[in-house]
Amino acid sequence: MRLSEVKEILSAQVLCGEDRMEEEVACACGSDFLSDVLAYVHEQNLLLTGMVNPQVIRTVEMTDIKCVVFVRGKRPGEDIIRMARERGIVVMASPERLYTACGLLYSKGLRGN
Amino acid sequence: MEPVRLSYPVEGGDFIQAGEASSKMKMTLKKLGLPADVIRKAAICMYEGEINMVIHANGGRADVEITMDQITLRMVDQGPGIPDVARAMEEGYSTAGPEVRSLGFGAGMGLPNMKRYSDELHIDTELGKGTTVIMKIKIG
Repeated sequence: MRLSEVKEILSAQVLCGEDRMEEEVACACGSDFLSDVLAYVHEQNLLLTGMVNPQVIRTVEMTDIKCVVFVRGKRPGEDIIRMARERGIVVMASPERLYTACGLLYSKGLRGN
Repeated sequence: MEPVRLSYPVEGGDFIQAGEASSKMKMTLKKLGLPADVIRKAAICMYEGEINMVIHANGGRADVEITMDQITLRMVDQGPGIPDVARAMEEGYSTAGPEVRSLGFGAGMGLPNMKRYSDELHIDTELGKGTTVIMKIKIG
């Protein structure tokens, strides 16, 4: 699924990485527990989370996830966006709740792993 | 290839900034041209170790040695030690406080993740003295 489709399906706003919307993601995971993200990563490309702190970007960096979507209308601060930009990570913000956001992407064909 | 040795201080008490050493190590491993899956394993092992040091031990030091066939991570702290290593290795067991949990950690996955992603894990701990965790990740 292209990141532009993720953006559209989740009614998301792109906070950094607008120029990378044609890139593809093959699978996704959704969690607020960062240790769980670290435990079950297998080439995940997209993380959906309601957790907003710099460790989200660290976790995404360590696991080679290319895009993080903050759900429930949460907006990361400029420090978090700057961290993501420096590491080449795409950041979006969606008004959808975590369960709904995961379901919407899943129903359009973006699976977990 | 001569072994490459790296050493990073891990600052204690600043959970929000934890991960800096792992981030720097990962960048160096990329520059060395190591396979992506090996880099990812080493980065996750070191990151979990770093988080543990910040949460439980007020920081410490991380030494890294890279040779032709493996990466060795040696994480040393002078913290309180681990009272029950067998329990600490169980998924879901954690002594972390609510503040750490509210930030997405303290789910009792730190040591299990370090075991999951390393090929060898050794823990040497003494109550009141500190803990040394050694992890080896094979290359190729």
